[in-house]
Amino acid sequence: MAIEPIIEVSDLKKVYRLGTVDVPALRGVSFSVTPGEFTAVLGASGSGKSTLFHIIGGMLAPTSGSVHIAGRDLAEMTDSQRTDLRKTTIGFVFQRFNLLPTLNAQENIRIAQHIAGLAGENADHFEAIIRILGIAHRMRHKPFALSGGEQQRVAIARALVNKPRIVLADEPTGNLDSENSLAVLDALKSLNKSLNQTVLMITHNPEAADYCGSRVLRMKDGRIVGA
Amino acid sequence: MVQRLVLRNLFHRPVRTGLTILAVGVEVMMIVLMVGVSEGLLRESLRRTRGVGADILIRPRISALTISNADISAKLPQILRERFPAISHAMGATVFTPGNAQTITGVDWAEFDDMAGGIVIFEGREYREPFEAVVDELYAQQEDVAVGDTIDLMSHQFEVVGIVETGKMSRVFIPLETMGELQGWQDRFSQLYLKLTDSSEARNLIAELRELLPNRAVISVEDFLALTATSVRQMSSQFVNIIISIAVCIGFIVVMLAMYTAILERTREIGILKAIGASKAFIGSIVMRETLVVSCIGIVVGYLLSVLGQRLVAVQYPLVPVILLPGWMAGAAALTVLGSIAGASYPAWKAASADPCEILAYE
Repeated sequence: MAIEPIIEVSDLKKVYRLGTVDVPALRGVSFSVTPGEFTAVLGASGSGKSTLFHIIGGMLAPTSGSVHIAGRDLAEMTDSQRTDLRKTTIGFVFQRFNLLPTLNAQENIRIAQHIAGLAGENADHFEAIIRILGIAHRMRHKPFALSGGEQQRVAIARALVNKPRIVLADEPTGNLDSENSLAVLDALKSLNKSLNQTVLMITHNPEAADYCGSRVLRMKDGRIVGA
Repeated sequence: MVQRLVLRNLFHRPVRTGLTILAVGVEVMMIVLMVGVSEGLLRESLRRTRGVGADILIRPRISALTISNADISAKLPQILRERFPAISHAMGATVFTPGNAQTITGVDWAEFDDMAGGIVIFEGREYREPFEAVVDELYAQQEDVAVGDTIDLMSHQFEVVGIVETGKMSRVFIPLETMGELQGWQDRFSQLYLKLTDSSEARNLIAELRELLPNRAVISVEDFLALTATSVRQMSSQFVNIIISIAVCIGFIVVMLAMYTAILERTREIGILKAIGASKAFIGSIVMRETLVVSCIGIVVGYLLSVLGQRLVAVQYPLVPVILLPGWMAGAAALTVLGSIAGASYPAWKAASADPCEILAYE
């Protein structure tokens, strides 16, 4: 029996209108991701990968085509349902870490639990994540006191704390030096292996894509040009 | 967790938060002090009228609360005393209200002292000569007047010969005859105070006096006080309401501006929260909670400023009593919270409606 894909993207198109000019960002993207898979979407700047990230994350509506997440069509969901999807099914990792500057590392992770209504739950999972990510000793520090790699690992912990079925990572090493990049990629790989976590990583870095991805989708000019 | 986030957000910009709290505090103080001054002046006026010790008041039929006229015959007290044995004291007084609204009262000191049950003289003595005056302690304090000083009353120089307790009829007293001569009110009074041997007889006597003096307003002192209180509150309520409205508007604008700039500054954080699944209600509630925290601290600051203001006014302007009314303090708090919530509504809505994709796309 075939495994149901957890992400299914079909003929996805997105056109931005800039003044009177239509700028196509996605020109018919189709692919699927199965549970537990680590997929890297590789493309240069302007290839449409960030637009793809935002559409799959339910933060941007496509011009046409469909995205199914865990069997649910995003186009048929209300804004509120997409918000619920983001807090329960998808964990986000951003290029610029996007931690809340006023909260310390632990609070930055816990806030995701709070938003999902899971405050105080999954204590073992929380401990396991911060141990795997090697940030247990940095929990009391605020983002400005953490290195870029540590901040990104806190962001990964935040993305994983609610046990989402999918982690969407947008250029997770884009702001890191090579040493920290490696540490973050190792962390993502480790989580993918140890927790069987589905990861869809967007990157412009072929080495990062090849290092992590069990599967690499190459994007160019809004299309998947190779896998 | 959310409370922690709210507090950290507020303390992240301490100057802005502090200024907002101060503005809310000033709003509360404006309301509390404005009502306090209005009520304080009224109650002080009523206390002084009550302090005369009379049961019945006979006045001209005028609607104004203050009078500066005299058309009651000086013979009337004697006539009334002879006709109504229930009257133990009958005392006439002339009242002049100059531009500063601080009334000057012409009264026979011996009669006044007798009716009021004894006036405490703190310093000096009662007046004995035509151009001598007696003032109460608060007037002396505010005007920095001591016994032996000269004060200008009705364009004439009067020597202050005594400083008396406050709360009895007026703040400035001069001889009845002098007032009559200066104002052309010889042998006439502005109003007449009657004290009865038995106060419970007042109602019956008032009915008889009204028949006897149809052109005069005859009223029990208690009724006069109640009417005065109602009239003054009605008149002052319009002014007080305007001040309250201005104060609430200031609070509304300050809170709106503060929260609006706060959410503009935290656009990225709002986008992050929305991206990780925060609902509109969650985002809006953070803005509202921050507003409520600022408002609550501002209310406490406002109360402290009100107490401070009350003390400053007492030192600088002893004639202006300020009463901090618990009911109005609670009312000021409620108005402040409502105004603040209204002020934060638009920023909260704007934050809740933020598009996370648009915000994070600025990366």
